[in-house]
Amino acid sequence: MTDIAAGSVSRPPAAQTGVVGWLRQNLFSNWFNCALTFLALYVIVVGGKALVDWALLDATFVGTFEDCRKGTGACWAVVAEKRHFMLFGTYPYEEAWRPAAATALFIVTLLVSTRRSLWGRPLMIGWIASFIVMGVLMRGGVLGLTPVTTENWGGLPLTLMLSSIGIIAAFPLGLVLALGRRSTMPIIKALSVAFIELVRGVPLISVLFMASVMFPLFLPEGVTIDKLLRAQVGIIMFAAAYIAEAVRGGLQAVPKGQFEAADALGLSYWKSMRLIILPQALRIVIPPLVGIFIGMFKDTSLVLIIGLYDLLNAVRTSINDPNWRAFGTEAYIFAAAVFFVFCYFMSKYSQYLERLLAAGRNR
Amino acid sequence: MAARTEGRAAPGGAATGAVSAPKGAWWNDANVRAVLYQILTVLVILGIGWYLVSNTLANLAQRNIATGFGFLDREAGMPIGEHLISYTPASSYGRAYLVGMLNTIFVSAIGIVLATILGTIVGVARLSSNWLIAKLASVYVEVIRNIPLLLQLFVWYGVLLALPPARQSLSPLPGIFLSQRGLYFPVLYEHPVHAVMLILLVLGVVLTVVVHRWGKRRQALTGKPFPMLGPALGLIFGLPLIAWAIAGAPFDPNVPAMKGFNFQGGASVTPEFVALLLGLVTYTAAFIAETVRAGILAVPRGQWEAARAVGMSETRILRLIVLPQALRVIVPPTTSQYLNLTKNSSLAVGIAYPDLVSVGYTMINQTGQAVEGIAMIMAVYLTLSLLIAAFMNWYNKRIALKER
Repeated sequence: MTDIAAGSVSRPPAAQTGVVGWLRQNLFSNWFNCALTFLALYVIVVGGKALVDWALLDATFVGTFEDCRKGTGACWAVVAEKRHFMLFGTYPYEEAWRPAAATALFIVTLLVSTRRSLWGRPLMIGWIASFIVMGVLMRGGVLGLTPVTTENWGGLPLTLMLSSIGIIAAFPLGLVLALGRRSTMPIIKALSVAFIELVRGVPLISVLFMASVMFPLFLPEGVTIDKLLRAQVGIIMFAAAYIAEAVRGGLQAVPKGQFEAADALGLSYWKSMRLIILPQALRIVIPPLVGIFIGMFKDTSLVLIIGLYDLLNAVRTSINDPNWRAFGTEAYIFAAAVFFVFCYFMSKYSQYLERLLAAGRNR
Repeated sequence: MAARTEGRAAPGGAATGAVSAPKGAWWNDANVRAVLYQILTVLVILGIGWYLVSNTLANLAQRNIATGFGFLDREAGMPIGEHLISYTPASSYGRAYLVGMLNTIFVSAIGIVLATILGTIVGVARLSSNWLIAKLASVYVEVIRNIPLLLQLFVWYGVLLALPPARQSLSPLPGIFLSQRGLYFPVLYEHPVHAVMLILLVLGVVLTVVVHRWGKRRQALTGKPFPMLGPALGLIFGLPLIAWAIAGAPFDPNVPAMKGFNFQGGASVTPEFVALLLGLVTYTAAFIAETVRAGILAVPRGQWEAARAVGMSETRILRLIVLPQALRVIVPPTTSQYLNLTKNSSLAVGIAYPDLVSVGYTMINQTGQAVEGIAMIMAVYLTLSLLIAAFMNWYNKRIALKER
């Protein structure tokens, strides 16, 4: 403190600064806020205490189902006991390292992709390579790995693969649909609109039902496709319609002058799209695409209705064991935590991207 | 056909308009090409369609599955626990389908109303000046949004099934019982005056709208505002209450009571319904909260400040200045949330609530007529989606900024 400050400027009253000031401003500004604060504190203290007691203090972390039944708290031992089935479904127990490695590879690839500076062709090739390695790991049959049929695939790797392959394969389809919807050719436009609106108007479950019961009827006698592949096709169709709408939004945001300039240069339709329009449109579309990916990641859990063992179904099935049936809540909390970690990470990342890309535009 | 040259004119089309462009070969003409492309697309799609349809017909014939909608008149033979219209297993498939459809509409309609209320409260709470409330609301939104709805439905259903059995029901309020069997609550025995009250209620709403219009006009002409709250309450609730009083104030509630192994009397909803409704409402409310928050934040601060400068109270500012402007931002994304809720109600199949999809799925399994069954399911959802979208578009247009 210099003497000037001490002499001419009086300090703000103690009640408006520091911890007290913060409390007054943010928690006790008027009687209504006081009441709300006390209500919220009451809920937090009572609910929080019950939760901590149940989930931590009284919980059984290791042990058998008998230990769990004796305790009054949560039984996290169920997660430890059933971890293989919860995470990998019916995948053979002794081969557990393979789905684990596939999942780890996926997560590493995902983490690497978050680096904006690495975006480009090599990353795309990296993704394709990861998918191939993951497929080889899961399927086996080469390099001395025992073959495992897709019926036995399950758990987290299945959820990750269904959603990420779904969104990646749906992207080109969605792009074409979005361009089709903005086309001046009436029939192309009508077909695109019809597909997009039809798919967006019905629930994913009905698309998955269609994939599971109608696709087999479409194919000629004797040809069958795997249940997993059918679900994957359903997910791709569904995601494509949503991606198409996001891309259309991006295309609309590109100023008209850009289209006209591309025409003036004499570029063909595809060249002008590839070189001028899409690079600008897709930049805007990245955050909504991450949003669609989060949605698809959560919606993949619906494949349990057609009998695939994704993470949710694997967790649900794992507690069918009569010894552990009483501890379903703990199992579901575990599944919820896994979903939450992925989705929360992606949604935070999408917000970060939005800021990053907006910063580039507002310069 | 493709000669529309407005907007992004095709290169060939632009050239022909100019003075004397050198005439290229006909296959380089954009218009000709457009027609060719479209004919080609239609042919490819027809080809694929023909291939799929012929395969399907061959497969159906080979599996001895009938086609057509004749099965709708046959006896369904499936029990459905909850039905808004009378239904027995001896009823037809058509009726079962109708029951499922009504259940879907019923749960979606209630869900939309409750999710809007909860979502608005949470959205406003996230912007609260009270730090604790804002934090609690954002924790709620983040947790709910990042967990799949189906998982949440399982958890809600598990919680409801873990409730005590009917004999030891919880009774949070007298006459209301919560147990494994569902929620039992009292209803009034039917009385002739109820019909009159209902008519008066509708009449009251209509009269309120009329008076409100008149008040608005008077304010526009004379500047004198017409306080609406009292007259509105009087018209909407007063009229039916007067009729009730004239009829001798009949009050005869049908309270559920434990008799033998189950409750008698009153009305009830099943755990499946409660779980589905709770799941849909809490999930959708988290998304609606975000749109409400974004909408309120989109109103410039200057609007608040200007209104304060004019001397308006905070509630009046919110009601007359901020909300009308925020609504324009809120309505379009909320529409898609309503659509999502309606579509998500199909997850009922996971907890065995007999909605359209569960009934449809049983129907497909029993008759084998997958194509018809799925087409019927999709048709209903498409119609519902279009109806909700049409209504919300109409509403959106009504509240949109009127520009000259």
